[in-house]
Amino acid sequence: MIVSKINECVTEFHFIKTIFILFFIIFFSAILSVIERRLLAFFQNRHGPNRVGYFGSLQICADMIKILFKEDWVPSFSKKFIFVLSPIIAFISLLFVIPTVPFTSKFYIINLNIGVLFFLMMAGLSVYSVLFAGWSSNNKYALLGAIRAVAQTLSYEVFLGLSIMGAVAKSGSFNIIDIVNNQKEIWNIFPQFFGFLTFFIAGLAICHRHPFDQPESEQELADGYHIEYSGMKFGFFFIGEYISIITVSFLITSIFLGGWLGPWLPGFIWFSIKAILCIFIFILIRASLPRPKYNQMLSFGWKVCLPLTLLNLLLTAFFLLLSKA
Amino acid sequence: MIIKEIIIGFCTQIRSMWMVFLNIFYKSETKMYPEEKVHVSSRYRGRIILTKNVNGDERCVACNLCAAVCPVDCIALQKSESKNGRWYPEFFRINFSRCIFCGLCEEACPTAAIQLTSDFELSEFKREDLIYEKEDLLISGPGKYPDYDFYNHSGVVIQNKKESIYLDAKNKPIDVKDLLP
Repeated sequence: MIVSKINECVTEFHFIKTIFILFFIIFFSAILSVIERRLLAFFQNRHGPNRVGYFGSLQICADMIKILFKEDWVPSFSKKFIFVLSPIIAFISLLFVIPTVPFTSKFYIINLNIGVLFFLMMAGLSVYSVLFAGWSSNNKYALLGAIRAVAQTLSYEVFLGLSIMGAVAKSGSFNIIDIVNNQKEIWNIFPQFFGFLTFFIAGLAICHRHPFDQPESEQELADGYHIEYSGMKFGFFFIGEYISIITVSFLITSIFLGGWLGPWLPGFIWFSIKAILCIFIFILIRASLPRPKYNQMLSFGWKVCLPLTLLNLLLTAFFLLLSKA
Repeated sequence: MIIKEIIIGFCTQIRSMWMVFLNIFYKSETKMYPEEKVHVSSRYRGRIILTKNVNGDERCVACNLCAAVCPVDCIALQKSESKNGRWYPEFFRINFSRCIFCGLCEEACPTAAIQLTSDFELSEFKREDLIYEKEDLLISGPGKYPDYDFYNHSGVVIQNKKESIYLDAKNKPIDVKDLLP
């Protein structure tokens, strides 16, 4: 009787925790759009949005009202089902990765022993959103943007997986909690520096962030694959980008920066400090680096990053064997 | 060689990121406009006004030169004549939604009646409100040229012309035909 009561309580708590984490992530990614504009403004000696509310704190409400009341137009020439489906995929594909991320040693949703693989799978699925959006819009600009996005994302996904494999080999597990626990002595960023670098670059490419935003380069393609989207469907793409930023920075934090590990402060605070630092660097990169040409992008991926990750993996394997022997 | 280039390129990118980051600590260049007033130079060409003489008469003599010179045809006026033979505009209308603030009307005006001020806050919610009539344009002061009175320098002899306080007042108006070859 009592045991079943306790079990009920535990499941209820777990359910509430899950809902809370997911809503918090969505809410924070919506806020992040304002934070990013604000930070970009500071990087460029401007003020940014500062009219609505105290120092622009209510800007998110204004944006919400605007995006909800825009005309939500589905083009008559589009493939309707897929057109509606693709923003949903964009929104949830990387949101699904959040449950596998351990915030502290106790506070997580699922202890998935294929956590890293699950992330790679979901990152692969997010290509579908871009491809579907570009194809179903029945618009040449959108199709061009989608083709660019798919080619770029595929070529960057090759070493997205390989760059984590160093850390995976070092800890001997795909479980993210094991990977974090493996970094008790030294954070993975030092022994796996090239892995960190290439994972960071590939993560940028997965989020379609600057400087990897050729698919939506508004100067050439007038917004790329989501050119036909308006209203809340565009909002899903827009928020989805921020969700993927958060997801990727959570993963960078837990795989390379030691997750919740750190002296003095509680684990949750260490985790958030590291994740916010990662997000900050994402925004800083957008503010400071120019957008290269498309062919340079691909050749950089194949000719520099892929050999670098392979080299990293080889060296890791070599030192692991050396330490085992 | 290629590896050296890659390393140098990487370092320059890190350096540029650092330099952009430092901008966070600098003061922003943007002016908070409605709270912070904008300083424009006195020769800035903004809203158009019609001025009056020191003694309170309209300067405009409805010569139509401003409307003729206006490149976008935004000025419209109608001549009328008062009892003492002096010309004045019956209506004077400027369509500010067309006006390009080139200042040619001010250049063309012989009486310095039409002048461009440094006021630029002209926004309206309705387009019709940007059509300014004579009541909107006419101000009570002399504008930029406080001492200038066209009728003291030239013009036709008109009845009941007042004695002016200026130097040229005693002189007779110039007979333009006299100057012809």
